[in-house]
Amino acid sequence: MRVNNTAGVKPIFAESVPGRTGFSLPALDVPSQPLSAILPADLLRQEPPVLPEVSELGVVRHFTRLSQLNHSVDSGFYPLGSCTMKYNPKINEDVAGLDGFADLHPLQPEETCQGALQVIFELEQYLCEITGMDAFTLQPAAGAHGELTGLMLIKAYHRQRGEAATRTEVIVPDSAHGTNPASAAMCGFKVVEVPSNERGNVDIAALRRVVGPQTAALMLTNPNTLGLFEENILEIAEIVHEAGGLLYYDGANANAILGIARPGDMGFDVIHLNLHKTFAAPHGGGGPGAGPVGVKRALEPFLPLPRVIKDADSYRFNYDLPQSIGKVKGFYGNFLVALKAYTYIRQMGAAGLKAVAENAVLNANYLLAQLKDYFDLPYPRRCMHEFVLSGSRQKANGVKTLDMAKRLLDFGIHAPTIYFPLIVEEAMMIEPTETESKQTLDEFVQAMRQIAREAEESPELLQQAPTKLPVSRLDETAAARNPDLRWRG
Amino acid sequence: MAFIANTPADQAEMLAAIGVAEIAELFADIPASLRLTRELNLPAPEAEPILLKNLKSLAARNISAGEAVVFLGAGTYDHYVPSVVGHILGRSEFYTAYTPYQAEISQGTLQAIYEYQTMICNLTGLDVSNASLYDGATAVVEAVLMATGATRRCKVVVSAGLNPEYRRVLATYCDFLDLQLVVGLLSEGEPSAEQLHDLVDEQTAAVIVQYPNFFGQIEAGIEQLAEVAHAKGALLICAANPIALGLLKPPGELGVDIACGEGQALGNRMAFGGPHLGYLACREQYLRRMPGRIVGATTDASGKRGYVLTLQAREQHIRRQKATSNICSNQALNALAATVYLSLLGPQGLAQVAEHSVQKAHYLYNQLLQIEGISPGLPGPFFHEFTVRVKANPEELFSRLVEYGILGPLPLARYYPELSDLVLFCVTEQRTKEELDYLVKVLGGLL
Repeated sequence: MRVNNTAGVKPIFAESVPGRTGFSLPALDVPSQPLSAILPADLLRQEPPVLPEVSELGVVRHFTRLSQLNHSVDSGFYPLGSCTMKYNPKINEDVAGLDGFADLHPLQPEETCQGALQVIFELEQYLCEITGMDAFTLQPAAGAHGELTGLMLIKAYHRQRGEAATRTEVIVPDSAHGTNPASAAMCGFKVVEVPSNERGNVDIAALRRVVGPQTAALMLTNPNTLGLFEENILEIAEIVHEAGGLLYYDGANANAILGIARPGDMGFDVIHLNLHKTFAAPHGGGGPGAGPVGVKRALEPFLPLPRVIKDADSYRFNYDLPQSIGKVKGFYGNFLVALKAYTYIRQMGAAGLKAVAENAVLNANYLLAQLKDYFDLPYPRRCMHEFVLSGSRQKANGVKTLDMAKRLLDFGIHAPTIYFPLIVEEAMMIEPTETESKQTLDEFVQAMRQIAREAEESPELLQQAPTKLPVSRLDETAAARNPDLRWRG
Repeated sequence: MAFIANTPADQAEMLAAIGVAEIAELFADIPASLRLTRELNLPAPEAEPILLKNLKSLAARNISAGEAVVFLGAGTYDHYVPSVVGHILGRSEFYTAYTPYQAEISQGTLQAIYEYQTMICNLTGLDVSNASLYDGATAVVEAVLMATGATRRCKVVVSAGLNPEYRRVLATYCDFLDLQLVVGLLSEGEPSAEQLHDLVDEQTAAVIVQYPNFFGQIEAGIEQLAEVAHAKGALLICAANPIALGLLKPPGELGVDIACGEGQALGNRMAFGGPHLGYLACREQYLRRMPGRIVGATTDASGKRGYVLTLQAREQHIRRQKATSNICSNQALNALAATVYLSLLGPQGLAQVAEHSVQKAHYLYNQLLQIEGISPGLPGPFFHEFTVRVKANPEELFSRLVEYGILGPLPLARYYPELSDLVLFCVTEQRTKEELDYLVKVLGGLL
């Protein structure tokens, strides 16, 4: 990132000069007809759309300069809790860029895309083994999309048993990701919240009170968003299953347990994984991700279609799935993202994936040990791959967690996830991932300790942060009050 | 170990700082009965040189567009992706960044999305756009959910000319979200906006058409349909091909309330169906019902222009079960590809890509009709896709043509059993006259 205080990058529309272009085509080599003779005259555009007119160099420079205004994993530490901002191996990008994968049409004949079908088939198998599930679909495009798909599968399961009309509730802990209740509501369920206990786990007594014949499912993240393993997971599974409900696993935090424990063994019936978190596919500035969904055998018939099956040595699509919920996305999911995860798993192997979990948890506990005396720790336990601190001590001095987060940006470090989970006041959720070195962690510790000191000695320094970035603190209230969502010249 | 920096010495120091003897102790909260006592059963790890070799040979088991002549379209298009697009997307400052929640450290991504939103508004002739959705199919779904929310009605009337892949996805959502999906029938094998009029009633939340439709036809009557829909209090949703909007009147000028659809054609590779991007734009009055992320311009403490994610009160991380949608990750990098693509092309470049595709499609159509076994398919003006009737089994033809290095045309019976002898051709600007003539020659020999 280029740190400067010069004028920002002008919107590309402001760089436009009539007649310039960054593109050329070969001359038209077929006889041409007047457009008005072949297209309906009343449907032809009267004015060309307003788009930038810029030279190729102009375009390259514009977007290069924009890129330099970003923080990224490749440019610095990104301890963003629940987002698993690990290093994205370059080889994955190279593989996803191979013409033999990137230039395939989704409807081309099966005999011309055997390699791609093999990737889908084998990745589903790897994910089954890693999670202890029986079958997977790669169709969902992101974690939240996986959640919605999983809930549709759960509804289909209850329908088949004639219980869909009564099983109308989905239980989520108060520590859950916002997508959990949003997905449940979108799928037509009533959302019931269950509180956490003083150890940061699901309150078992409270769970017993809300579980019943109306329960369709419990959605759980494990380790949860406090970075804590649900110690009573087996009891939770028993409670939900005894009531006839199903257990849904939000895989956002699966990085902590790779090769150590499996959701399928814990009693989960449906799970999603985030390939752009746990399996090293890059986040792309907000996507594309991929949210494959895995199920136990009883739910397999409901998986989206088509599924890839193997006949002897060849692969093909199977659309003949009468109980399938149908399609949730065009074609077969975000294939190239899945391909990156496939490449990653092939490179890591079983021992490598276990080392991922071990070092992710080691790094998080190391940071926790180094920071716990400087900030409040609402749940004083060992953590898994992430942990949540509270800025309430600093808030007493007039410094909000937001101020500390913005100050951290001045150190060239991305802020942790803040104000989440909602059950922790002034929350800072920190996830270092396994790919960071001890040196980087130590630099982060020094920065955080300095910020804790500044919060006491010079709070205004934090309240005014950031000061070393291309822009200082941006006015979000004004942005929402008077939305300016497009360039109007 | 690949991608893990900690050495045994680092680990020992860190464990000492934590106060435990070994890493296994850190997992003590996991019940012993759940801890795996075996290694996962996965293929042995492959070091990078071997891995790359193996994956290249897997890729070689596929026939890519560059190795064949592609006449498949149906929503995924073989347009040329300029070299610049790949180079900009390959900048890791873009692709290894997260969602731009911390605005001050994410101005590059935010400004690019703001420019993307502007381009989508300008192409569609509508007021506001979001930062992208998963794909064309789910964009249609999200548009429908906006309409059902705005009207508090649950019936959706869909043209049979809407991409069947989108209709399949929409049908799944309607099933689970308790919406009623009514598909307009093909009248004499032809969809028409006009014949949807009778299906629109006081229960209708939205009417959906595609422009150009799945068969490539440019249907007349969208404006009239808008009037009918609006008269009954329903919204008109239009799934439009953004390349076509370089030449055709924008949906906003036809009375459309929400334009949405597949943005792959704008600088994204076909990628076996994904990742692509869904785009969505609408009239200002529906702004607060839009799903997903939206970027807005604002100022910093010193009055300097900057960008932030805005109107977040609609979104799941704030509103939880009351959010307008559950979407979190979208297709930001694909939207960046679209932005770079449109920046390179400009209005003339886009019109040129559209016109070359149209001219070549019409040339091929006329040449094909010279063949004995080929006759016209669905009537009316078309863009860069068209249907013809073949005197052969379309599925067999589809397989046979692979032997000649030709992918397509698509047999329509897969989606429309009543159109059993129709096939769908797509011609982009990439096809040369030589390739078109080659196809005609091969087909002439086979039919």
